[in-house]
Amino acid sequence: MQRSPVVRARGITKSFGDVVALDGVDLDVASGQVHGLVGPNGAGKTTLLGLLLGLAVADGGSLEILGTPVGRALAVPDGVAGFVDGPGLYPSLTARQNLTALASLRGNADGGAVERALEQVGLTDVADDRIRGFSLGMRQRLGLAAALLTTPRLLVLDEPANGLDPAGKRHVHRVITELAANGTAVVLSSHRMDDLAALCSEVTVLATGRVVFSGPLSKLAAESGELDYRLLTSDPAAAHQVAEGVTGLGVLPGRDGPDADVLVVRGPVPALDELVVRLVGDGVAIRELAPVVTPLEAAFLALTGAGGGPGPTEGGTR
Amino acid sequence: MTATQARPAPMTRGYRFELVKLLSQWRVRLLLLVCWIAPAAFVAAVSQQSMLPTDTVFGRWMHATGWSGSLVVLDFACSWALPLLTSLVAGDVFAAEDRLGTWRHLLVAVRSQRRIFVAKSLASLTVILLLVAGLAASGIAGGLLAVGNEPLVGLDGHLLAPADAAGTVLLAWACVLAPTLAFAAVGLLGSVALGRSPMGLLMPALLALVLQLAQLLPLPVAVQLALPSHAFLAWRGLFTSPAQTGPLLIGLVVSLVWAVVAAALAYRLFLRRDFTDLAYDGSGRRVLVTGVVPLAGLVALTFAVVAAVTPAHGSGIERAKLQDSLATVYAHLYRLQARELGRPDVTEARLKTTASCDKGSVRVADEGPGNDWRCVVSWHLPGVDSVGSAIYQLDVTADGRYVADGDGPKEVNGYFQVRTPTGDAPNPLWQFDGDVDLLADTPEGTVHASHASAPARPGNPSWASSRTYRPQNPPPRG
Ligand SMILES: Nc1ncnc2c1ncn2[C@@H]1O[C@H](COP(=O)(O)OP(=O)(O)O)[C@@H](O)[C@H]1O
Ligand SMILES: [Mg+2]
Repeated sequence: MQRSPVVRARGITKSFGDVVALDGVDLDVASGQVHGLVGPNGAGKTTLLGLLLGLAVADGGSLEILGTPVGRALAVPDGVAGFVDGPGLYPSLTARQNLTALASLRGNADGGAVERALEQVGLTDVADDRIRGFSLGMRQRLGLAAALLTTPRLLVLDEPANGLDPAGKRHVHRVITELAANGTAVVLSSHRMDDLAALCSEVTVLATGRVVFSGPLSKLAAESGELDYRLLTSDPAAAHQVAEGVTGLGVLPGRDGPDADVLVVRGPVPALDELVVRLVGDGVAIRELAPVVTPLEAAFLALTGAGGGPGPTEGGTR
Repeated sequence: MTATQARPAPMTRGYRFELVKLLSQWRVRLLLLVCWIAPAAFVAAVSQQSMLPTDTVFGRWMHATGWSGSLVVLDFACSWALPLLTSLVAGDVFAAEDRLGTWRHLLVAVRSQRRIFVAKSLASLTVILLLVAGLAASGIAGGLLAVGNEPLVGLDGHLLAPADAAGTVLLAWACVLAPTLAFAAVGLLGSVALGRSPMGLLMPALLALVLQLAQLLPLPVAVQLALPSHAFLAWRGLFTSPAQTGPLLIGLVVSLVWAVVAAALAYRLFLRRDFTDLAYDGSGRRVLVTGVVPLAGLVALTFAVVAAVTPAHGSGIERAKLQDSLATVYAHLYRLQARELGRPDVTEARLKTTASCDKGSVRVADEGPGNDWRCVVSWHLPGVDSVGSAIYQLDVTADGRYVADGDGPKEVNGYFQVRTPTGDAPNPLWQFDGDVDLLADTPEGTVHASHASAPARPGNPSWASSRTYRPQNPPPRG
């Protein structure tokens, strides 16, 4: 498949009063690509996606979408779909009524499209319920269904993982993967790297309005540098002693509470190998050895400066 | 492949969507239900009671014909229900999108601010029409079922045959659509100007309140006619013969001008709005500059035009006109009473009724509204060579409506009921309503001639000629 550029942004700036939300941002998204936009809260993700949807106009820089320069608010080329700041649905209408109305306004009166979209996001069972009672995740999925009505060529989703249960997440992942396989460019944002890792081929990392990284995920992982590892052994005191003896390996200050037995070490992979060999030799059993955060997360935290020391020990208890 | 700039959504689809959104709101559904049921229930219930709402025009005739019930509903609707209905529908139609945060999505889907404005305006108009149709149909149905399709006594005492009554009642409801439109447009303006703030919802209600207060004041006719609510009162002029078309037509025109101007202001404001600013909440200053000031200017302009091109002067309530009106009502009702009592029919011409009125003490000018008018009605008793007379206290309001309360002699107007061959019946001469044409020009001295020469005047109402409704030309002006 020929990969034509769908989004081409150069030096985009956007301020709200004194707040500089975007400061010289470049973004390239090709068709068929799932592009992640990551950054902590307030980094400017929503602002940038809003520009792609034509909901606001940039103060400076150039933006081309589907080959058309975008300059006027609320006027984007056909084929762009998605939402920021909530899916913009009417709580007094049912899911099906909301979609039918949108389909009719956009001129595709084909009734099958609505049913297909509901099916794709897994909301067929609740299609005739008023969305007043929908959960955040259900609304997000309905918003996605609304975007699907037009068979978009550029799909923009702001924090789509928010409020989704595992089943909802599966639906959304499947939809996005299928769209990308058919040539749609997808741009989605998240404040967490792990949401995007499974979906995106490329990411752009934003921090306070600036791009701090842009490229394939594999390249991002390489930027992570030395990782922190959790080490849980049968004899924490002995393990601590052994670790301090390994050259190139640092031992981070221990913690109180339930994690008091966990040792956090930092160093290159060869030093870790050395540590394992020595522990086994000393008769200390290794119960767990794992990175505190994934390499991607570590790179993200390092780039955005949001980390600061070992991150929260998530998913490590067994 | 190059992307195409998308075309706006077709108007009919936008309109249908707006209508679906409005009709899905429980508030609108409840209003529809109430408007289609409550008037029928009210009219049917009140018609069975012995106490009638005599403060309201036609209230005293609710036992007599089903048509009066609908007119009582109309009179009530004109003071409160219609402004409030427009508030709740038109006053919210734009603000609802602000509350839901759906503006940008709607604009992206429809791609034309103009179409959104038109679709929203038409949709709220449709709902308002449905509500008004409900009030009208329900009140009429309640009256006809509970009391029946009987002749209606007009505000000058002449009797409208059931078919005339039906036509005139429907015409009156149609007339109040014009001021309703004016209030709806003000509602749109409030809704656009004030965004999420609930003040927008209150604009028409607030306007109604101000205008109601204004109507209580003894304002000059030209000012009254310049207010957009005048048609809410002027429909009463349809129920005299000849109809008081002057004030009604002016009221309709003024209302429609208000509707157009307020809608245009709302449209301009809507097109200028920045929808990318999510924190939009409207502002008091903008409302003042874009809404209140232009509309106040409109009142001033209308006043100047009305004062210049119509014979409106002073309060519009002069002694001669009041005497003329009272004598006419009395003569018609005297005939009605004679029929009730089974007496031989008399004509208004034979009665040669005259009235002589005086306002307050000698030092008060005989002009203007007030409850201190005192009148003596005189008429020629049929078959006898003497003159009868009766006294009435009149309470005249600034809009020209009055209630005449009998003050003797007892045999004529002292009793609430009269004994008829078929049992007791209400005495039409005990207390009755009348309506002075604020624009009519009746020079002092020619007052009674019209009755003396009644048969010669083709437009003169009589028992026989009132069977068909004929829209009359405005009364001749000097
Ligand atoms: N409409 C707005 N008015 C004022 N400031 C805004 C507005 N939208 C965003 N900002 C500011 O711009 C910055 C970036 O916001 P945003 O794009 O929402 O970040 P993110 O989506 O990455 O959390 C923040 O500092 C935010 O306060
Ligand atoms: Mg955001």
